[in-house]
Amino acid sequence: MLRYLIRRVLYMIPTLIGVSLLTFVLFFGIFSPETIARRNLSAKNASQEQIQTWEHEHGFDKTKLELFEVHMKSLLGFQFGKSDSKSKEVIWDRIREGALPSFELASLAFFFTLGCGLALAVVVAYLRGTYIDTLTMALAVISMSIPIVVYVIGLQYFFGKMLKYGPVAGYEPGFSGLRFMILPVMVSLVSGTGYYVRLYRTFLLDETGQDYVRTARAKGVAENLVLFKHVLKNAMIPVITTTVSVIPSLILGNLVLESFFGIPGLGNYLIGAIKGQDFAVVRAMVYLGTLLYIFGLLLTDVLYAVLDPRVRLQ
Amino acid sequence: MTLAVLFSNLIANLPVIVVLVLVILIFVRSRREVLWREAYRRLGKNNLAKVAMGILGIYSTLVIMDCFSWQASRNEEPRTVVDAIFQKPFERTYSAPLAPTTSGEVMDHPLVSKHLLGTDSVGEDVVYKVIKGMRTSFIIGGFSCLVAVPIALVFGLLAGYFGKWVDDIVQFLYTVFGSVPDILLIIAIVMMLDKSIVYVCVALGLTSWTGLCRLVRGETLKHRDREYVRAAKALGVSDFRILAKHILPNLMPSVIIAVTLLFSTLALYETILSYLGVGMPPGSGSWGNMIDAARDELTRNPMVWWNLVFASGALLLLVLSLNVLADALRDAIDPRLRTQ
Repeated sequence: MLRYLIRRVLYMIPTLIGVSLLTFVLFFGIFSPETIARRNLSAKNASQEQIQTWEHEHGFDKTKLELFEVHMKSLLGFQFGKSDSKSKEVIWDRIREGALPSFELASLAFFFTLGCGLALAVVVAYLRGTYIDTLTMALAVISMSIPIVVYVIGLQYFFGKMLKYGPVAGYEPGFSGLRFMILPVMVSLVSGTGYYVRLYRTFLLDETGQDYVRTARAKGVAENLVLFKHVLKNAMIPVITTTVSVIPSLILGNLVLESFFGIPGLGNYLIGAIKGQDFAVVRAMVYLGTLLYIFGLLLTDVLYAVLDPRVRLQ
Repeated sequence: MTLAVLFSNLIANLPVIVVLVLVILIFVRSRREVLWREAYRRLGKNNLAKVAMGILGIYSTLVIMDCFSWQASRNEEPRTVVDAIFQKPFERTYSAPLAPTTSGEVMDHPLVSKHLLGTDSVGEDVVYKVIKGMRTSFIIGGFSCLVAVPIALVFGLLAGYFGKWVDDIVQFLYTVFGSVPDILLIIAIVMMLDKSIVYVCVALGLTSWTGLCRLVRGETLKHRDREYVRAAKALGVSDFRILAKHILPNLMPSVIIAVTLLFSTLALYETILSYLGVGMPPGSGSWGNMIDAARDELTRNPMVWWNLVFASGALLLLVLSLNVLADALRDAIDPRLRTQ
């Protein structure tokens, strides 16, 4: 187990290097330092000297190779430095600031969607083959086929204009700010539950086809006891392993929902940075995102081995 | 109609035509095989799947009609078949569904003289816009798949079959591409190149191959040690031939289902990109742009709902048919997988 973990952690290093190489190539392929400088200087016709001083201040006046060296060093040491566009802003401070709203939204959305998905899946698996099953599955497919933008616009309209219910976008910290979360959470609920119901239903039905279930039934165990005591327990293994990989990325938040609802989280920060060509911020965020993603994969594999004794890690 | 115009149009519509030709080829080729004939027979019994295929057929016909165009005279823009049939004279601004046309030739016809689904802010007929959006949607889905599927197939097959360092490299590649948030990659690529449909598709293709690649790799791993592959190896068949002639046909069912689902995901993705401002260039007729415009339209008094409803309705119908078809295909190809 320990050896496996160590090897997996060592495997993370080339991936991280690869990702930072990719972001580097992407961003220096897209924008020359001069364009970045011109954009961030905000003067209409920046003179050549101004540009050069800006490039010097932000460390862009080097060859690509030196630039890459600095880039890699700062990432591997988690020294993200300052933002390119707002030179006063330290990136770590902004990340700390944005992590809370992001986490708030992402975790609320995650738990509600997951809870609803699992509950519905159990109900549907219990009632399999009936009209309720068919209807729920049809609704699940339909809800997955509607673009999320339509949900956002529709719910904002419904709550904002028809019900005249408070805020349709924005954020406030603290307990009273939870009302800002209702709409985004609802959007992720209606757009995401269908996927989970379908997925979990397959897991549950996969288990019902197993021999031990047939044995239990043959022994005369009641049907709902079979479902809750035998099937559900075993079906939780794939449920947990498919779910746990999402948990680390909860910190980075939901890129799309945040920008739709104007929540000042990290997803919004990242999109703003891309639009503002803020390379320092983008690379920091992408690096963190990758780290969390890989960590999630690792967590999945380990949990899989912990939960299912048949799986051995080597 | 000059030949040059027709030709330049063919190039612009190449992705659509290539995808449709590929679909037809796969269909015709697969009818010869017993497994697939069985599958089609089972598919034919599924009424829902027939409806879905009918809808997709109508969509594809309209898209093909939109691909062929001609110039009526030297100074005019080339017009496609769809333009000729569905284009209506512009109104001054919004008009409600079923409103009669007020400009251009006045014809007293219950269908032709009306804007069946209303008009948008510049007075363009919504029926026409919705039909134009189909082509955009098909290009996004089709062209991106055209980028993603070959990459995924080649990498997945090689990694699964050869294993060892090839597998390591491929796994490295898809972890790297899969770890970067895809919206970020898309926005970056679109900003780097240009806001045009081709680059959007390339960007979408480059971000969406990882999932398919993982699937192909896993399936190849399963087949690599089967008896038929060993037998082929023992007979001295080359690796390339084993991959192309023996393993690939066995992967086709799961790949086709995955691609159908990928197509629908990509069609949905376009709306998000339009919302974030990196989607189709304005004026190119896309459902994403129509839905995006609805944010302002809903707040008008009286409310303008028809753009949003009909654009998302058309998209819903497309995605829904694709999803239903994918499910039906899965059931038809492998009845054991059928969910009770």
